[in-house]
Amino acid sequence: MSAAVIVGLLAAGGTYLVLQRGVVRVALGFTLLGHAATTLMIAAGGAGARRVPFAGAGPEAADPLPQAFALTAIVISFGLTAFLLALAFRSRDVHGSDDLETDGGAR
Amino acid sequence: MSGLIPLAFAAPLLAGALGTLLRERRAVQRTLTLAATGGVLAIGLRLLGEVRGGEVVTNDVGAWPDGLAIVLAVDPLAALMLCLVSGSVLLALAVAWARGEDDHPLFHPLAASLLAGVVLASVTADLFNLFVAFEVMLIASYVLMALRGGREQVRAGVIYVGTNLLASTLFLLGVGLVYGATGTVNLARLSTVVPGDRAALAGLSLVLVAVAAKAALVPLHGWLPRAYVHAGPAVTVLFSGLLTKVGVYVLYRLASLILVDVDGLAPWLVAVAAVTMVVGVLGAVGGKDMRGILTYHMVSQVGYLVLPLGLMTVDAVAAGVFYLVQYVGVKAALLAVAAATRSLEGSDRLEDLGGLLRTRPWLGVAFLLPALALAGLPPTSGFVGKYLLVTAAFDARSWWGGATMVAVSLLTLLSMIKIVTGAFWGERPERPDPGHVLTAVRRRALIGVPLVVGVAALMLGPAAAPLVDLARDVATALVDPSAYLAAVVRP
Repeated sequence: MSAAVIVGLLAAGGTYLVLQRGVVRVALGFTLLGHAATTLMIAAGGAGARRVPFAGAGPEAADPLPQAFALTAIVISFGLTAFLLALAFRSRDVHGSDDLETDGGAR
Repeated sequence: MSGLIPLAFAAPLLAGALGTLLRERRAVQRTLTLAATGGVLAIGLRLLGEVRGGEVVTNDVGAWPDGLAIVLAVDPLAALMLCLVSGSVLLALAVAWARGEDDHPLFHPLAASLLAGVVLASVTADLFNLFVAFEVMLIASYVLMALRGGREQVRAGVIYVGTNLLASTLFLLGVGLVYGATGTVNLARLSTVVPGDRAALAGLSLVLVAVAAKAALVPLHGWLPRAYVHAGPAVTVLFSGLLTKVGVYVLYRLASLILVDVDGLAPWLVAVAAVTMVVGVLGAVGGKDMRGILTYHMVSQVGYLVLPLGLMTVDAVAAGVFYLVQYVGVKAALLAVAAATRSLEGSDRLEDLGGLLRTRPWLGVAFLLPALALAGLPPTSGFVGKYLLVTAAFDARSWWGGATMVAVSLLTLLSMIKIVTGAFWGERPERPDPGHVLTAVRRRALIGVPLVVGVAALMLGPAAAPLVDLARDVATALVDPSAYLAAVVRP
């Protein structure tokens, strides 16, 4: 239940920020959305779904697969956040601000 | 068990990594990327020979026991896809070389990484691994999109990255929900449990939305025409053969394994495909420059490729596969002509052009042949593809699906005529010559690449039988995926 609430809050905040105009806010929004997805991944795991691989741990061991998923997803979303921030930086250089709608550069 | 499958992924990835380290050595970078791409092509052809009869070659990465390994599997469609994507990368590399676009230190490493991601997406039999493959591919494409770093590239880059990042996040959420509901992400295992499990279906629908956005199906198509026209012209050629086509490929895979068993989905697939065709072609008719028109056609043609999935007969899927193969070549050739026009004339806006058929007759031929194929006029390969698609749709009693394809073909022809009248006929408007002059060899390469593909598209019309047979083999394996299921899920 608490995981569901956290995912909901993170997704709501992320969606709000992604709909903003500045690229930095969009990048932060995607960070929050990424956290929502990661939390959901972790919550999706359950020891019931698969046996403990290889050797002998007890039945209370956590499901390792979603943790591996989450780790991969965190690395990817970290890289993409860095790239979006670099775009925002570049956008400030060529447009004067990171707000893409005000510069009137549309064709 | 075949070690060739991971090699097809590792070779371009390694070429990308080495190319990044050797970024001041252009000749070494070119050799590495060419060797890796040629390697993928060779592996694709070899695997195609092995699996053509319907067998499925697999590889458990790392040879982990007890079903822990990520399974890579190659069926006829995946093998064909390897050949197709590596072939289109070779075309794009030729155009990039001729235009001088590959002089950027990161172009070759990024193109190789992009190919690695596409290869992995084609061979994986694991939903989460598919997400990783998409990310490998997309991260390379994000940087390629913004490579020139000008105003328009940054603007287009933000649209492109934003849309695809949102789609990727939805994909990830979908994978999490599917795993939570079923306890597996193996596509073959999912194919038996998902259709009857409403919770898993909810998760899979998020995955579908994400894949549809990557394939540019209406209403998730808006990013494509806005972003592609601002990338480097050779980068657009590269993207056209890889990115949306991988989305389409994954839709084929999901349709074959899972969607076909989901009740009530088929009419919606046909409807979405038909709307995609119409919206895309209307955008194309309204376009003002060659690349703008051609990128809207990408949206429209995705509709043609997805429509067979709503019918799921062997005839329809075979038609879709045949259409995919010839269309990737034709669209790469058309975009190569647009790139050549931009290099030679300094612009590809129709109002800046005219009389090209007189001043550059070979460029005119290089445009006309693939343009006829795109519109589906005989005797080109496009005619055969559309004929097979329309007859398959009518055979499956999808009257208005077939009728939409015919109507959209007419509008496609109209937009091609618009380019011909705007750029190739009439008088060249008065304006200064472009300052950027290419060497004679590069000029010939720019026109030669689309010309060769155009002639191939022309020949493929009368001599379509071998490719049609191949497409039928591919389609048979897709409509009855029992060999794939048996190879991927082992007790």
